[in-house]
Amino acid sequence: MHTVFPVEAGNFTKAGNVSSDVKRMLKQLGVPHKTVKRIVVALFEAEVNVIAHSWGGQVEITVDPKQVLVRVVDTGPGIPDLDLAMTEGFSTASEEVREMGYGAGMGLPNIRNNADELKIETGANSHTDIHMTFYIDEE
Amino acid sequence: MSTYHHSLAIRERLCHGCTHCMKKCPTAAIRIEKGRAQVDSAKCINCGQCMQACANNAIGVEQSPFEMLFSFKQRVAIVPAVFFSQFEEEITNKQICMALYDIGFTHLYFAEFGIDILDVLGVTEPEDVPKPVISNYCPAVKHLIHTRYPGLVQHLSRLRAPSQLTAILARAEVDLLSGSPEDTGVFLITPCPAKIAELKTEESDGIITGLFDGVLNLDTVYNMVRNSLTKNRRRFAAALEDTILPPMTARACKWSLIAGEKPTDTLRRLAIDEIHQVIDFLEYIEEEDDLTIDFLELKSCAEGCVGGILCTRNKFLAKERLTHLVTQFPETLDDATRARILAHADLLRENVYEQEPETDESIKLDEDLEVAIHKMEKARRIVAALPGIDCGLCGAPTCAELARDIAQSSASIRQCAVLRLKDPKELNTLARIWGEKISTES
Repeated sequence: MHTVFPVEAGNFTKAGNVSSDVKRMLKQLGVPHKTVKRIVVALFEAEVNVIAHSWGGQVEITVDPKQVLVRVVDTGPGIPDLDLAMTEGFSTASEEVREMGYGAGMGLPNIRNNADELKIETGANSHTDIHMTFYIDEE
Repeated sequence: MSTYHHSLAIRERLCHGCTHCMKKCPTAAIRIEKGRAQVDSAKCINCGQCMQACANNAIGVEQSPFEMLFSFKQRVAIVPAVFFSQFEEEITNKQICMALYDIGFTHLYFAEFGIDILDVLGVTEPEDVPKPVISNYCPAVKHLIHTRYPGLVQHLSRLRAPSQLTAILARAEVDLLSGSPEDTGVFLITPCPAKIAELKTEESDGIITGLFDGVLNLDTVYNMVRNSLTKNRRRFAAALEDTILPPMTARACKWSLIAGEKPTDTLRRLAIDEIHQVIDFLEYIEEEDDLTIDFLELKSCAEGCVGGILCTRNKFLAKERLTHLVTQFPETLDDATRARILAHADLLRENVYEQEPETDESIKLDEDLEVAIHKMEKARRIVAALPGIDCGLCGAPTCAELARDIAQSSASIRQCAVLRLKDPKELNTLARIWGEKISTES
């Protein structure tokens, strides 16, 4: 099953809405709570990244009985140094974004810690494309 | 897990199938079928919102027959403080007590006295319950969390309900006095259909079972007390001096009010009332790990138990009287009352915690993930064809719920009144694609 959720750049008032919709969907499907939690934590970080850094993007969820694929794709500045971005505490977020309580530099590390597989593809001043795979946990 | 009991019943003769209850139900548990409301007991949390919404008095709460009382020699009433708030000011608390004795009770205890029992015993929340601890005082909220928020179940308080602790003590004391346990009947008076359902659901450790010999609806007892008060006005006025209120502290007395719960070991507390607001909040916090709140008090009824489904008086006036009642109780128990609790400390201590919580999820489309995915895809395609105005004429509360029902084969798209008016032929085609209702009655 494939579902697409658009994410608007710069609109922090909507931060978490996609994660909540995805959570509700996965709960109805009966995906175990442990898996849902990992997905929602990772997705929330990615969702906020799209809002804070990109020019707009979308979340794509594909569910099958073995795994949940989460793709978060945006057009935007891209991630210049991926290794650095994966470091806990490193952030390029603007002062404005930090004042809103975001931009602590835990986004990508949190995604890595929660996803079973992670692939990031990014191009300077063009796009960021994050593929996360979550295996369904045993209940 | 044993099947959860269901305390609300539709009186088919009185139901007009008007959809009011269906629209109000916070868990989308009601459908209108053949012009009558039907409740899905797996989804129902017994909050009683449907009962309040019904203009035809077509929803009732089951209760024990009052005559049951008289098969016991010792008849104990466990009364919530809310009961006293139902009367206007000229009827005194002592008169209410006298009327309760007059209608047949031999012993009175406040339900909230259980709070004081925990306090005297020095019992607090087990360390392994993570913060924020969610109060389990409201049985509708407790059941809601068990069925819909598996991630929050471990946050639920594990302290036994105050009324149950009171019942344990009451039974022990009365048995000791009378010397014949089989003659003691303990009855809970409650404004709460969810409480009734909880007490009638057999807990696997069997503690609740047998704790109460019957549960009485607050409105029924209210009527009887009213009657007694009218008949005995003069007699009650003369003998008032001899009547004393059962003991309780001010802290316990306010427990059923909003923001009334004050566990001893918590600093930051948040209280939310009204079930739809509670659900909105739970949706929000379910995945939230960094809440700086120690204790969450969630109550299904607006204004807490004074807004209870079976309460009779305006909830704001009731709240005012209950708030005033609080001032008439002491901050701490006197030594004699403490000694009464301590005399049964071992028995009480054995029962201060509820067993580990279990979940019983009601929102899954199917137990098999592959089938659930298939059903959800189907429901999505169906909802795209529905008008999206949530009129309720089909018998489901929203178009999305109807789509879900069709995907589960428990409804047919033929039920959609809007599509039927628009294009009856197309509706036949759609019904062929998506299937008809498969009757589950056998």
